[in-house]
Amino acid sequence: MNFRKMLLASAALACAAMPIQAMADTAAKKIALSNNYAGNSWRQAMLTSWEKVTGEAVKAGVVAAADPFTTAENQATEQAAQIQNMILQGYDAIVINAASPTALNGAVKEACDAGITVVSFDGIVTEPCAWRIAVDFKEMGRSQVEYLSKKIPAGGNLLEIRGLAGVFVDDEISAGIHAGVAQFPQFKIVGSVHGDWAQDVAQKAVAGILPSLPEIAAVVTQGGDGYGAAEAFAAAKRPIPTIVMGNRQDELKWWKEQKDANGYETMSVSIAPGVSTLAFWVAQQILDGKEVKKDLVVPFLSISQDTLETNLASTQEGGVANVEYSQADAQKVIAEAK
Amino acid sequence: MKKVLSSDTIRLLIPALSLTILLISVFYLQPRAMSYVGLNLLFNLAVPIALATIAQMLIMTVNDLDLSMGTFVSFVACVAATFLQATPVIGVLILAAAIATYAALGVLIHMRNLPSIVVTLGMSFIWGGLAVLILPAPGGEAPAWVRAVMISRPPFMPMAIIACIIIAVVSHFIIMRSSFGVILRGVGGNARSVERAGWSILGVRAATYALAAFFAILAGISLVGLTTSADANIALRYTLLSIAGVILGGGEFTGGRVSPIGAVIGALTLTLAGSFLSFLRISPDWQIGAQGAILIVVLGLRLLLNRLENRGKRS
Repeated sequence: MNFRKMLLASAALACAAMPIQAMADTAAKKIALSNNYAGNSWRQAMLTSWEKVTGEAVKAGVVAAADPFTTAENQATEQAAQIQNMILQGYDAIVINAASPTALNGAVKEACDAGITVVSFDGIVTEPCAWRIAVDFKEMGRSQVEYLSKKIPAGGNLLEIRGLAGVFVDDEISAGIHAGVAQFPQFKIVGSVHGDWAQDVAQKAVAGILPSLPEIAAVVTQGGDGYGAAEAFAAAKRPIPTIVMGNRQDELKWWKEQKDANGYETMSVSIAPGVSTLAFWVAQQILDGKEVKKDLVVPFLSISQDTLETNLASTQEGGVANVEYSQADAQKVIAEAK
Repeated sequence: MKKVLSSDTIRLLIPALSLTILLISVFYLQPRAMSYVGLNLLFNLAVPIALATIAQMLIMTVNDLDLSMGTFVSFVACVAATFLQATPVIGVLILAAAIATYAALGVLIHMRNLPSIVVTLGMSFIWGGLAVLILPAPGGEAPAWVRAVMISRPPFMPMAIIACIIIAVVSHFIIMRSSFGVILRGVGGNARSVERAGWSILGVRAATYALAAFFAILAGISLVGLTTSADANIALRYTLLSIAGVILGGGEFTGGRVSPIGAVIGALTLTLAGSFLSFLRISPDWQIGAQGAILIVVLGLRLLLNRLENRGKRS
């Protein structure tokens, strides 16, 4: 009887200990990146960051593999098939930048049911079993107005440059900017144009609306449009207001030139493409058995007057200012969410 | 290969052969796929593609081409995830209206002698616009019964395989065995002689378009069953996939010469080709090219067999 009890107890102990042992070590785990699109500088930087950071992690033995996959066409059905293939390939975690927030839910559910950890970032998925690393675009818009309220306490007229009409991100950032204006009523939006996140489009749009506008104190933007706005103001021979930049290399370069010439002051804010590496570390932490909230918020990358030079130096010609995340950064983000 | 095999069988031989070869290579690369769950994962997204391919094949049978297939399936997916789920009666009415619209398109194309490519291209914008109106932001929810069917796990054979067999058999009977099918293929082959024999080509065209719409609707509904929710752009790829599926399965652009079983096999082959390339770890830059190469190889093989067949007839 005693012997049997002991046997039972040891068996129970082994059972209890086994999952912990398996969870505490991710060296044998394989993580895949499912990416829907690689056709612009931001996505290219995202993939480069992934390869750099995960390459080191694999070499250091943190995980067994971290393979990136990109679909040939930016289509949800194709990405769903890609995710189902990853299930077959036996990955332990799938990190997703999704083509659609909802159309992948079926495939994501299949993955969860197969015991796979799914972490989505940037283009997130709504399936409840997946983790989401979302960007607080509203706060990104609001923080611009907050910065301006410190720089120009008296307030003034604002020109808003929006992104691509009908896209979720554009609505969110714009809503944030309007919330900021409500919070700091000394500012007033006197004009709004769509710059489509492209310098040439923004320049044309701003040049078109400028003659009808009163004096502008500042321009609030969404990224990829600040340099075009500056060009439009210069061409119209109007004083250049405080233009909030969006971390693009051409914007930072222009800012640096102005800073050197006349002490121009502004800020720059956008999402770092290296957020893919944050998603990687979060997936690794989950595989490691850490308890992680399903919804995490990624910090955005802002550049101030003091950090301009270092960021400009590390940004490639035609690229976007980037930051790669470490395991410690991921642990910090996870801890903050609790 | 003399008189034992009919030309229809030879037509089916190449698609079946290419599917088998692809399947063996996939099993070799990824032995995990050789299981009940694995086969289901490999093929479940092929079910809506197979249905869309059958719809496209019907249109191609009467010598037309439907360039709105992808947007129409997307539209149906949006209806299925919203109206069909919340208010089934209205949902069914909308889908019935869509079938009527397709029949009217058939009539229009026939009466005014319009090129179907232009009409359906125009319609693709209308379907796309309607889909965005119904579902401005991605979302919606699949009706519970659709979801239950699509994730069901019947014994012995995965749902995806059973569904494909049913699609192939049903469409084979409609097109190759029924009297309607004979007239249908006749219209594509030689409309004038069918007309002289006393059949209404107008009626046949309208019925064909309506039937195609019915299959496309099944495609949209089954797609939503798999994805659980919809997106106005969810199935844009289906236009080209469905045409490629028909051609890969032994059909031809010059009407009347089609094979329903081949079309389903063609759809499966296209789906499998994607997985095969993904298992091979080919970089995305090359994937479209590699997919094209697979298509060219299969079509080249068919051309070769056609030539052998013709030579056999002459001598």
